[in-house]
Amino acid sequence: MVRFLLRRAILAAMVTLTVLVVAFALTRLSGDLAVSIAGPNATAEDVATIRKNYGLDRPLPMQFLEWAANAASGDFGRSYLYRAPVAGLIKDRLPITIGLGLSGLTIALLTAIPLGILSAMREGSLLDRAIGLIALIGQAMPSFWLGLVLIIGFGLKLQWLPISGVDTWDGYILPGIVLAFSAIPALLRLTRAGMIEALASDYIRTARAKGLSTASVVLKHALRNASMPVVSVAAVQLGFMLGGSIVIETVFALHGVGYLAWESISKNDFPVVQAVVLLLAMIYVGLTLIADMMNAVLDPRLRAG
Amino acid sequence: MTARSISTGLGLFIVGAIVLIALGAGLLAPHDPFTQDLMYRMVPPRWMDGGTSLHLLGTDQLGRDYLSRLIYGARISLLIGSLTVVTSGLIGTTLGITGGYFGGRIDDAVMFAITCRLAIPLILVALTVVALVGSSLTVVVLTLGLLLWERFAVVARTTTMQVRNLDYIAAARAAGASTAHILIKEILPNILTHLIVVATLEMALAILLEAALSFLGLGVPPPLPSWGLMIAEGKDYMFFSPWVIMVPGIALFVLVFGINLLGDGLRDLLGVSQRR
Amino acid sequence: MKPVLEIANLRVGFSDGTAAVRGISLNVLPGETHCLVGESGCGKSVTALSVMSLLGRGAKRSAEVMRFHDRDLTRMSDREMARLRGDKMAMIFQEPMTSLNPAYTVGSQMAEVLERHRHVSRAQGLDRAAALLGHVGITAPGMRLSQYPHQLSGGLRQRVMIAMALMCEPELLIADEPTTALDVTVQAQILRLLQGLQRQLGLALLLITHDLGIVARMAQRVSVMYAGQIVESATAEALFAAPAHPYTQGLLNCVPIPGKTPRDQPLGSIPGVVPRIGAGFIGCAFRDRCTHATTACSGDIPRRSVAQHHETLCTMAPS
Repeated sequence: MVRFLLRRAILAAMVTLTVLVVAFALTRLSGDLAVSIAGPNATAEDVATIRKNYGLDRPLPMQFLEWAANAASGDFGRSYLYRAPVAGLIKDRLPITIGLGLSGLTIALLTAIPLGILSAMREGSLLDRAIGLIALIGQAMPSFWLGLVLIIGFGLKLQWLPISGVDTWDGYILPGIVLAFSAIPALLRLTRAGMIEALASDYIRTARAKGLSTASVVLKHALRNASMPVVSVAAVQLGFMLGGSIVIETVFALHGVGYLAWESISKNDFPVVQAVVLLLAMIYVGLTLIADMMNAVLDPRLRAG
Repeated sequence: MTARSISTGLGLFIVGAIVLIALGAGLLAPHDPFTQDLMYRMVPPRWMDGGTSLHLLGTDQLGRDYLSRLIYGARISLLIGSLTVVTSGLIGTTLGITGGYFGGRIDDAVMFAITCRLAIPLILVALTVVALVGSSLTVVVLTLGLLLWERFAVVARTTTMQVRNLDYIAAARAAGASTAHILIKEILPNILTHLIVVATLEMALAILLEAALSFLGLGVPPPLPSWGLMIAEGKDYMFFSPWVIMVPGIALFVLVFGINLLGDGLRDLLGVSQRR
Repeated sequence: MKPVLEIANLRVGFSDGTAAVRGISLNVLPGETHCLVGESGCGKSVTALSVMSLLGRGAKRSAEVMRFHDRDLTRMSDREMARLRGDKMAMIFQEPMTSLNPAYTVGSQMAEVLERHRHVSRAQGLDRAAALLGHVGITAPGMRLSQYPHQLSGGLRQRVMIAMALMCEPELLIADEPTTALDVTVQAQILRLLQGLQRQLGLALLLITHDLGIVARMAQRVSVMYAGQIVESATAEALFAAPAHPYTQGLLNCVPIPGKTPRDQPLGSIPGVVPRIGAGFIGCAFRDRCTHATTACSGDIPRRSVAQHHETLCTMAPS
């Protein structure tokens, strides 16, 4: 187990390093950064000055090494736009994005797991089909559009919930629902498949032969075994949701990391973009590691191996 | 008729109808999708108060006929969806078959590439690339194509591994067939059904992503009538005239829903196990 | 003596039209081992599962009588049935490797039976579990309690299953091929254990097996099952001494029974396979494989008494 986790940790480090290179290359190879920063009305002189000031005239490997070394010590450079350290900008906005991701994940799990269980218990029934349809609808729903529709419906017509900002906790509900929609189909299908497999297993027959209540048979004995793949995918989905928050934060005008990234991209503020790409990649890698560890907790067979 | 065949039929009908509409856009669209008519701005659809039979689905903020833009928008969605899938399918299948067939270090490298790709935040990187290179249809297709290959790779890899050790591959090898011949003539046809199913799901995803990019202003450039762009342009008016975002949004949903129905149906039809 | 379990005319059908059990009747007396013997697919496991109300959703069960002591099992709700299962009647299964939940410790899985039916604390449940593990011959029971199923061998797991079935001191234990998946030496140990426990606790044991060696060793009464029917039932002695049904005779010819099969006689075999029986089937299901079959075998087959407590379902049998 320890060896397994160690190997995963090394892999995670390698992945992060690769993404680091990609994030750097992304902003340097796809155009002349100095021209982009200077804007359309800049003279050749302006561009030259910018190139020199930002150190863009030095060889790329040098620039990369310097940036990577600084990034490793937590210094992601300064934002061209905000004229402030990138790390601070991100730190201020991260709680909103994390809160958004977690509320999305919570809503997704609270919807997908009960529905998946019901679907599995009534496999082939009308209810099962209806739940399957929900998954299909969720999969086809354009998240940004759903966000706008919810804003019109709940925020404006019914006036139940705030439609922008997260000054109060209920500001997370609508964006959370929208984010959850994208994760529900995968989680639902996985819960259903896992539960169908678990419910057909010999140990469930034993549990029923012991006279345990349906709740205990389903929730304690079957769900525990069906939950492992769900945990892995939930972690991955949380990563995707944080990545997808760029769209949702724009729709709901939430000033989180996603909004910052969108702003930076539109304004050519590349130190911020690089840092956000790196951050999201690291969060993703970290989440998959956590999922591996949680599975080891859930499955005693993994712990021993 | 089973419920499954009904839903597959519905998917086929939706996709078929939208493909026909896209192909016959020139004949079907009542107006030119780019012609502005500032006298007729934000005319509501026919069935609403103030609607006119001249513009069945109304007009947008520049007085362009909404129905015509919607019809031409189907072209953009389908074009980007299919071209992206071709690009990403080529990349992913090549990587997946290579890793699955050769195994060992090569397979490790392929797996590593897949893991790295998953760690890269999709929308963020796509937006960045489009912002740097400039928005155009080609750029969107290439960007999405370069990013959406991982599921092709995963599926191609696992199915190749299953097929690799079967007798007829061994027989082909014993008969002295070249590796390229085995990969293309023996393995590819046998994993094709799986790849087709992946292709439908990825096409749906690509269409949604294009719409999201266009919505954020870094996808298909205006004045092209991308459905995502139409929603973005209508956003400012949605509080007073919700239909401006409902019309393209529903179109987008129906198309993606149809493709997914078709994909699920194909999966059952082709006997591909549900493994996701 | 009043039977612990009384079944009359039990029928089980599946939604695909298969008739798995076609009107069987049997009684299990207190302290008795009743063996239900037959080839795989003959309906013996389905019989056991239907007694426990553990059939899947596609199965339909009906019975004239199905009684556990004075309680009518046919009229009990799922909830009442669940209260009875694991308490007064328990069951162990063929696959010890997969019948325990991989995610929970042995102790937890055993203790929850007592917690459920006797409303005791976890500590009391674990105490009882440890005592029973010792009883079924597991050394260091305290250590085993905190182990997970994957850390135990097949034989140990089956011992755990047996101990778990005994948690609430059941009066009826149904054992569905309890030794089939085990090594031969372990098989003997488990059978000896079951025999010992039965004597000590006065258990009624319904033992399901395809192995006539086990029948010869364990059974007081035997019911031979073929294609969803009991084709012959007798005391073990009578059955081995004078099998009345051609199928039983064929079965006995196929296997050497210690002390019963003459040394110089070659073993036989039964040609053909068990047919799949639909709902409307009439006649003897064994007729296609039977060397004595006549036209009468396609009609209704009477159940005849060969001797006292010895019945068979065959046209040939003397009435």
